[in-house]
Amino acid sequence: MIMHAPPLADWLVIAPIVLCIVVGAGLLCVRKTVAVHAAIAIAGLVLLVVLDAALLWHVANDGPVTMTMGRWLPPFGISFTVDLLGAVLALVSGIAALAAGLFGLVDVDDSGKRYGFFPFLFLLMAGVSGSFLTGDIFNLYVWFEVLLIASFGLLVLGSEQGQIDGATKYAFLNLVATTLFLIATAYLYAIFGTLNVADIAEKARAMDDTAPLATLGTLYLLAFGMKAAAFPVNFWLPASYHTPRIVASALFAGMLTKVGVYALVRTLVMLFPSERAELAPVIAVVAVLTMAVGAMGALAQSDIRRLLGYVVISGIGIMLVGVAVAGEGGIAGTVFYMAHSIVVMTALYVAAGMAARAVGAPLSITDLAGLYRSHPMLSALSLMLFLSVAGLPPFSGLWPKIMLVRSAIDAGSSWLGAAILVNGLLTTIAVGRVWVLAYWQPAPTPGMRREKPALAIEPGFWTEYLPLIILTGLSVVFGLFPEAMVSASQQAAVGILDPASYIHSVFPAGAVP
Amino acid sequence: MEALMAVVIGIFFAVSVYLMLSKHIIRILLGVTILGNAVNLLIFTAGRIVHAVPPIIGEGNDVPNRITANPLPQALILTAIVISFSFFAFLLVLAFRAYQELGTDDTDEMRIAEPENEPVPPLGY
Repeated sequence: MIMHAPPLADWLVIAPIVLCIVVGAGLLCVRKTVAVHAAIAIAGLVLLVVLDAALLWHVANDGPVTMTMGRWLPPFGISFTVDLLGAVLALVSGIAALAAGLFGLVDVDDSGKRYGFFPFLFLLMAGVSGSFLTGDIFNLYVWFEVLLIASFGLLVLGSEQGQIDGATKYAFLNLVATTLFLIATAYLYAIFGTLNVADIAEKARAMDDTAPLATLGTLYLLAFGMKAAAFPVNFWLPASYHTPRIVASALFAGMLTKVGVYALVRTLVMLFPSERAELAPVIAVVAVLTMAVGAMGALAQSDIRRLLGYVVISGIGIMLVGVAVAGEGGIAGTVFYMAHSIVVMTALYVAAGMAARAVGAPLSITDLAGLYRSHPMLSALSLMLFLSVAGLPPFSGLWPKIMLVRSAIDAGSSWLGAAILVNGLLTTIAVGRVWVLAYWQPAPTPGMRREKPALAIEPGFWTEYLPLIILTGLSVVFGLFPEAMVSASQQAAVGILDPASYIHSVFPAGAVP
Repeated sequence: MEALMAVVIGIFFAVSVYLMLSKHIIRILLGVTILGNAVNLLIFTAGRIVHAVPPIIGEGNDVPNRITANPLPQALILTAIVISFSFFAFLLVLAFRAYQELGTDDTDEMRIAEPENEPVPPLGY
């Protein structure tokens, strides 16, 4: 039994989750009083970022931190264990949520707020933070379900025909994916008799009979591949991501698929390294096909939101390259790319939402034109994001791609590196075409500005430009001063590949069962 | 006992996969429900089935004095039942709303979000 309460600093481990649930519940109580939503939600999201930053500071200085619930010693109590990987991703997704929350203030109308946009947002963040911070496989499953049910709510907010259609496909396929995760977890419990990540990491490395572990690894690859929208189980993403309010798309594209990749890294790389090595050729092929599907799909779209959905998929392919080659460089590249992708994909959807509001028209690149002349600031920020997502300097997409290409070549699979570069070229063409047609091309009747539709709303600073500037600025900072992020992701990779300090944090010396 | 349970669970999985392969939402929904039950039985079997007494420690003891049933799978199943039931409720409403809005429960005909015969994206600048 644990007889003493943990030190105050360790409470930071669950603080982001508790905050999200408490603020979400509070907002649910006042959901009819729309006027107070803005203040409570933004204060809550700012506090979330502060707590995540404090947690990252604590973890970066003192190594992984563990907090175990209910006075039961691990592995019997449910442990929350935060290492650098979880802390970095929690902070980045907190920042993305803050930006999306600011944009949501204007993108979601009063009826959407009354139906609970902000409570869903906080529930989603509770699920995302919980997934990043937990140290227990079954608890991870529960957080997956929390973020899934919150995403259902955000997806159907508004109940339009297209939303119902997209939500049906999204809901069924994602439910099957999490059920596969549960099946794998049942087998995991049957083999190890424990659900604590640190305990499993230790026991899996000491195990002689690896055949059951190969089954587990394959099941987790399928389940989390489906959550991450990897080919050939990616079809739910382009079917649904363009249907909800654009701020919901921004949240989904930023975080949900990345939670899948995170879980893949946590299980396959940290728990079952030798099984990952056996599966590496499969993961490599999946990665290349995912990149190909993403890039080709992006080239074939004319709706900007659907195009961005395919760009999300192509990013997943790039992250899977790191899982396929593993090694310190590969995992570090994947971690950095996850952070980059959370920031940039959220920002791209916010920028698309601003463009849609500014012209008051649907987001087809055949209809949009002349945004550069009418909204130069938005256009400049969008161009930076397009270059960033394509992996061009001086933005954040460049460095993780360099790390991944180099580790692929070092691992003797240069074709994986080549695939990343070709994917970069195709993505550049796809987003470059959006830039040329929707922004750069003059409006249809030269010399005369097109008559503004009645629905057009000029973007405001605090709710639209500010979130976009925060996210784009983050991408520029990651691009120009990558040292901090590179060393953080390298340390995170070391912690994943050799989880000694993670295990030590859960079982301090001598306490191993 | 485990072998028998494995066969039963296998049948559950086969039925649910067969139903989920259908084009009709309502059958997929039934398939998902059976899948949830199959997983619950799987977790139960994963905890090993033994003739044992409830895991209650008698007065004055620190440890149970006999082999007891494993309480953890039951806790896991309880959680999974709650989650799968709430998802079933949500999906049922969603399927009904989809039928109302889209006028069909055939997934092949649900093409509002991804319309057929979309215009070709611009081929030049």
